[in-house]
Amino acid sequence: MHTRSIARLGSMLRARELSAVELATHYLDRIERLNGRLNAFITVDRDKTLAHAREADARIGRGEAGPLTGVPIAHKDLFCARGWLTTCGSRMLGNFVAPYDAHVIEQFDRAGAVILGKTNMDEFAMGSSNENSYFGPVLNPWDERAVPGGSSGGSAAAVAALLAPGATGTDTGGSIRQPASFTGTSGLRATYGRVSRHGMVAFASSLDQAGVIARSAEDLALLFAAMAGFDARDSTCVDHPKDDYVAGLGRGVKGLRIGLPREYFTADLARDVAAPIMAAIDEYRRLGASVVEVSLPNQHLSVPVYYVLAPAEASSNLSRYDGVRYGYRAPEFSDLNDMYAKTRAQGFGAEVKRRIMIGAYVLSHGYYDAYYLQAQRLRRLIADDFARAFRECDVIMGPAAPSVAFDIGARTQDPVQMYLDDLYTIPINLSGLPGMSIPCGFGDKGRPVGLQVVGNHFDEARMLAVAHAFQQATDFHTKTAPGFV
Amino acid sequence: MLSEDDVRRIARLARIELAAAEVHGLRAELNGILGLIDQMRAVDTSGVEPMSHPQPLSQRLREDRVAETDQRERFQAVAPQVEDGLYLVPRVIE
Repeated sequence: MHTRSIARLGSMLRARELSAVELATHYLDRIERLNGRLNAFITVDRDKTLAHAREADARIGRGEAGPLTGVPIAHKDLFCARGWLTTCGSRMLGNFVAPYDAHVIEQFDRAGAVILGKTNMDEFAMGSSNENSYFGPVLNPWDERAVPGGSSGGSAAAVAALLAPGATGTDTGGSIRQPASFTGTSGLRATYGRVSRHGMVAFASSLDQAGVIARSAEDLALLFAAMAGFDARDSTCVDHPKDDYVAGLGRGVKGLRIGLPREYFTADLARDVAAPIMAAIDEYRRLGASVVEVSLPNQHLSVPVYYVLAPAEASSNLSRYDGVRYGYRAPEFSDLNDMYAKTRAQGFGAEVKRRIMIGAYVLSHGYYDAYYLQAQRLRRLIADDFARAFRECDVIMGPAAPSVAFDIGARTQDPVQMYLDDLYTIPINLSGLPGMSIPCGFGDKGRPVGLQVVGNHFDEARMLAVAHAFQQATDFHTKTAPGFV
Repeated sequence: MLSEDDVRRIARLARIELAAAEVHGLRAELNGILGLIDQMRAVDTSGVEPMSHPQPLSQRLREDRVAETDQRERFQAVAPQVEDGLYLVPRVIE
């Protein structure tokens, strides 16, 4: 049952070949049996999920079912879901039961999807390996010595291990695409402004955007169709017409112009990653696409620029965690300032503290122009590179990560090395663009490789069709980690 | 390069208590990150308009009308310490 696509599960539910309660029970049993090996979930609540599934069954019984009604979906633990613990992977929110639903949760609720649980993540979405969670690291289903990537590592691992048919994620600097690449799953980060961030815990507000992880472009399209939409409560949400992501899947790639940035195919890219990527490009040529070389000359500045802007915004956003209105409060303190300082010292982990401090420094008096304004100017140059490239091509392709999943512990001693690995994903966030990663092969030690597909603003329908065309011609996306069949 | 005093000053700005033993290691980590960031400082960006937002849109305005309902009890149920609808903090004024 767990090997079936979301499209198929939806039609089985509507045909009453399967009830939502049976389906939820099946996945809950798998999670109970297998999650101990991966630590992909922070919260699983059988009673709540089954109650939700019973509502879905009632809705199916009334003949009001949509494509996702009764389908269980896991949510990254930074989407507030009313009555559910929403920890953001942090001790700071370790006791936080959300008093309201995020817009994304409301959208899935309207579609009749069932909340399957809340997935593990790097604390406050800061990390590329899921080793920064207060609730312990997540392991990669393909190789339990490897990281699943991050920060949406729990969502990616859950989908890869068939513990959930689909899961939500967020992507501030690559946090959907890199874990999708590392786990052989398909991931989509939306255009900045496409999905409402109301009720999505903030990290860096000019970069954060939601998305989904699933096992195929078709499943992503079904999930994305439910998730995307305008919501006035997020002032950055754009009231842009929604395409029919599902109906547009079959349009093929004949005449598609694929841009390959010459800056992406350098010595920084491991050979075992480059080979499957180039083979995928060849497959697209066979399917009727053409390839043009494009140039993104300022991309090498993306990581430094990001590590000014994201920490600056994080230091501001995370100032709300003061031990007063919600979350953790230090048990002992001498006065109000001491309460703040102890609460934050005890509530935040090492990576979050580093980033808050870098942010406080680059925004502090005397440094603002040299760091923050300079980074914002370079951000424009980086975004302009993409605007120029998209005059010559329809999508840009390349790697999502410079290597396959690395071993647990391999990067923890050197935060800067971990940051540098995000060189292919960060430019897209700086430019507000949508990006995907789809599985295209395997590299060293049999670990998966993802192909990154970047589209122009609000071009998700085309990107999903491009990914679908590849998946109709290949079977990488159907491969399952051997220990989790 | 940040000194250990700089690190303590930044931690104060960020309202994060540091143990004396943490300062040395944190200084090296933060200087490593600033070393990465410093790559961008050499680039000439004169005449480039800073990009503060990834979409070239102006902020929407709405009518100045109450849009929220009163959910104080629900929201305060997750607070560390409340009394009579007020958040309690340590005494600030003696």
